[in-house]
Amino acid sequence: MTDPTDPTVPADPGDLTADLPPEVAAVIGEYQYQETGEFPAEQGYIWTSCSSVENGNPLFWDPEVAAEVTDGPIAPPTMLSVWFRPHNWAPGRTEQALPLQVHFDLKAAFDLPEAVMTDNTIIFHEPVRPGDVLTTRQVLRSVSGPKTTKLGRGRFWVIDVEYLNQRDELVGVESYTGFGYRRSAA
Amino acid sequence: MTDTTTLLLGDVAPGDHLPELAYDVTATTVVLGALATRDWRPMHHDHDFAVNRNGTRDIFLNTPNQAAWFERYITDWTGPKGRLGRMTFRMKGSVFPKDRMVFTAAVEGVTTDEAGCGWASLLVTLAVDGDTKTDCSVRVALPTAPDDNPWARRGDQWKP
Repeated sequence: MTDPTDPTVPADPGDLTADLPPEVAAVIGEYQYQETGEFPAEQGYIWTSCSSVENGNPLFWDPEVAAEVTDGPIAPPTMLSVWFRPHNWAPGRTEQALPLQVHFDLKAAFDLPEAVMTDNTIIFHEPVRPGDVLTTRQVLRSVSGPKTTKLGRGRFWVIDVEYLNQRDELVGVESYTGFGYRRSAA
Repeated sequence: MTDTTTLLLGDVAPGDHLPELAYDVTATTVVLGALATRDWRPMHHDHDFAVNRNGTRDIFLNTPNQAAWFERYITDWTGPKGRLGRMTFRMKGSVFPKDRMVFTAAVEGVTTDEAGCGWASLLVTLAVDGDTKTDCSVRVALPTAPDDNPWARRGDQWKP
């Protein structure tokens, strides 16, 4: 039995959606904010990542093992989002795009000042290889009706971020359940 | 010589426990992890910001680096032919410098899908002083025989 007031309980995707504003209902299931990463996946960053967690998996350190097992070098699957994170600074850039912009759009659409992410699932498909340049696109999957939790009153939503390589092969999907809310009056 | 020992699906059964991994976190662990994941946000490298703006007791491990720790923990167990299919995180608390983080995991299920791919389902826990900081449900593909290789699966043969 789940606790309906627990903010970590994700929304039922089949939840009330009839009350959604038309601009929100219209984008459910639609691809938004397609963007291409600023640099290709590269071996140096793979080693830096493995070093940071002392990951000695020979797939990432021994070219012969990589050739035998994965037909050449690959990146650790959990580095998926690394290849898309923007530089801290870049020439000519005046505004940095927010990752998960759909999440911020929903906060604005429902006038919900606070939000938390309650669940994050990563699904791994084709491996990322050095030289790959990834493209992402965001998809709003569902929005719940109004819910009251320990945090306040608001709505749950599920957003998928799909990652594709330069051959348009799906390399992964990150799925986020967010809860946008307004704090309960004291 | 590189150790390429690989766990086979038949070696695993529900209720099995993975060997524990303990690691003493330092400020370097946190900062290196943040930069390795290209996460420039100050709460992962700036103590003053973390304490006075975020209200936490120190800088803390970011989520993508925790994912890398979970991957390392799992593939230490599986060997290089173990292939991650999916991971679901539930964050319950932060991990700070001077914490000793302890990874443990239990096998919850072992299956073979319709494409013939072998899967183990794990519940992995990252805890500090016995308090769970992150739970991670993992589905990892394992070879069903010495000549099987989950990494060779593509398209309809890979159902993570």
